Amino acid sequence: MYQIMAKKTLNKDVDLMEVKAPLVARNAKPGQFIILRVDDEGERIPLTIAGIDGDLVTIIYQKMGYSTQLLGKKSVGDFIEDFVGPLGKATHIRKKNHVIGVAGGVGSAPLLPQLKAYHDQGIKVSLILGGRTKDHLILQDEYAAFCDHIYLATDDGSVGEKGFVTDVLKKQLDSDPTIDHLIAIGPVIMMKYVTLMAKAHGVSVDVSLNPIMIDGTGMCGNCRVTIANKTYFACIDGPDFPGEEVDFDELMSRQSYYKDEEHMCFIDLDNHGR
Amino acid sequence: MAVKTQRTRMRTQDSIERQSNFLEVALGYSYDEAIAEARRCIDCKNPRCVLACPVEVNIPLFIKYLLEDALDEAFETIYKDNILPSICGRVCPQESQCEGACILGIKSTPVAIGALERFVGDYGMEKHLADTTVPELKHKKVAVIGSGPAGLANAAGLRKKGYDVTVFEALHKFGGVLQYGIPDFRLPKNIVENEVQNLKTMGVEFVKNAVIGKSLTIDQLFEMGYQSVFIGSGAGLPSGLGIPGENLSGVYFANEFLTRVNLMKSRSFPLSATPVKIGDNVAVVGGGNVAMDAARTAKRLGAKNVFIVYRRDEASLPARLEEIHHAKDEAIDFRLLRNPVEILGENRIVKQVVCEIMALGEPDDSGRRRPVGTGETVTFDIDSIIISIGQKPNPILKDNTFGLKTHSWGGIITDENHMTSIPGVFAGGDVVSGAATVILAMGTGKEAAETMHQYIQNKKT
Repeated sequence: MYQIMAKKTLNKDVDLMEVKAPLVARNAKPGQFIILRVDDEGERIPLTIAGIDGDLVTIIYQKMGYSTQLLGKKSVGDFIEDFVGPLGKATHIRKKNHVIGVAGGVGSAPLLPQLKAYHDQGIKVSLILGGRTKDHLILQDEYAAFCDHIYLATDDGSVGEKGFVTDVLKKQLDSDPTIDHLIAIGPVIMMKYVTLMAKAHGVSVDVSLNPIMIDGTGMCGNCRVTIANKTYFACIDGPDFPGEEVDFDELMSRQSYYKDEEHMCFIDLDNHGR
Repeated sequence: MAVKTQRTRMRTQDSIERQSNFLEVALGYSYDEAIAEARRCIDCKNPRCVLACPVEVNIPLFIKYLLEDALDEAFETIYKDNILPSICGRVCPQESQCEGACILGIKSTPVAIGALERFVGDYGMEKHLADTTVPELKHKKVAVIGSGPAGLANAAGLRKKGYDVTVFEALHKFGGVLQYGIPDFRLPKNIVENEVQNLKTMGVEFVKNAVIGKSLTIDQLFEMGYQSVFIGSGAGLPSGLGIPGENLSGVYFANEFLTRVNLMKSRSFPLSATPVKIGDNVAVVGGGNVAMDAARTAKRLGAKNVFIVYRRDEASLPARLEEIHHAKDEAIDFRLLRNPVEILGENRIVKQVVCEIMALGEPDDSGRRRPVGTGETVTFDIDSIIISIGQKPNPILKDNTFGLKTHSWGGIITDENHMTSIPGVFAGGDVVSGAATVILAMGTGKEAAETMHQYIQNKKT
């Protein structure tokens, strides 16, 4: 059993929790994820680690399906049945000069430790943060602590540019030739279009994939993704992959296979809600 | 040598009725049936059955006790060599082990040793006869990675020598393949839970949700004071066919399908949280026990037509005979000498599987006649396809443990003492042998408990 030590509401759909899990915290690195089961009847849901503080592991989740809503009902002091990790490979920090992180919705949560890791290497980092409305742009203060620039985009124009993150990204890529790497985390469709834009500008891009998974340890194979025409398991070979090589259309199809069944697992909980 | 009566058949659940439930199919012997079958043993001078058992259970002796109505002694006789009799009685491939060596098999049918072991094992479980007395702890910690058959046998062996044993399991339930892989209709989960409970009673500590290589490395286990480590992490990484269409939706690896149904209880969905969907027409690729489990599970989930696609002939099916018979009784269709070459989809969801028709050629390395393509194909309409052509060891430990030597296929390399390339780190079961049987895994786990004990003793001096 794993105790919830802190809980914060980030917006009406999204919560942050700090969970006491020493076996996860001990070796966790940016880019890795956990799998939790809320109770003994629960499904296994993957969530990217958003931060580590001593024995505490920060997770950020959007209350979408049954299990995340169930998790949202838990309060500080309550216990979660299962909490295992750190799973997946740590983010590979590339030798770059100016990295732009592009986050859609709750993709902001898994991006945070990755972009911070680049900053900690002395690399200049900026952020493009997108969401439906002003309320959906989470973790801005945390990013402000280390980002060179933060650009915002909302569907309704309630803050920042009215439009998609790709609209903002295009302007930056066109005007700033020092940008030499992107990290995109969010809905698959967003990662796909960011990747197309990166390719057009000759800039490398890493993405964090969120296929359906069960065990998260390489056993079930549900999370297989096609990278450069080869099959990989996102849980043990990823979740980060070079965007240029990802078959995004296959991923979108495999993600939606259980859409009719109301409970779905998203590794990054980055469902944009559209 | 007069052959006595024919073998006593084990009663089974009605073959129609059982297709809609997950209750155990084989119902076990009654006392009278067990005695009748035990009488068939001629207590031969040279009991080949014992040598044919990977853990050398004293089979004639336990049968003798059974005939003398000394059931407690019969149980103790088995338990001394095999701590999982109720499990092995159900899932061992007896026809290629003890029963395959039984002298009665030459002219008649062999003694049903597996069924007798199950009867005695279940008696012992019901009466709580498992000897859980253990010596005082000698305050030396040892770590066991994985709670499947190899890990359980290893943990039991070490605890009985007075070690302070901790078993680390990656999943949220203990038992490994016994828990996530083998379905309830073949091995009810209360039996697995009972065996784990026995070890807990002996003082073995079980830690769930610990992925060694990630949550803790082997180096960190040594830093924490563990004197020796046993790796029994099994063969959990599924192999694919490597054919076009394998990543379409509706293409499952048997591991995913069985894990959803067994471990995550998706057969109760939506009353349980994890769904599974397979549709009416299900193809299962492969001919082993896992393929039979997947096919029979699909039937129980309501699939109308379930068929096995296998590239060799019936005689080459690697599954236990009993499972093949049960599958046939449950109207599983066997489409033999068919080798999948492409999976076709519509809107990225599986629709058909194209199979090449095979013919039998010359015998290959396995002694079975090699399937040779004829160039002709046949196409089957399907709603889902379950690939069950084998598993390899999981790479997490190998990738995260410096100096751990493995074969190119991923199996950990060990010496005659089951020690790996890292001093003090031992391994056994499927992670060393590749996917094999419960009893073989138990056998190496048990042997490694001895060699780990010797290693620790020698290190001390």
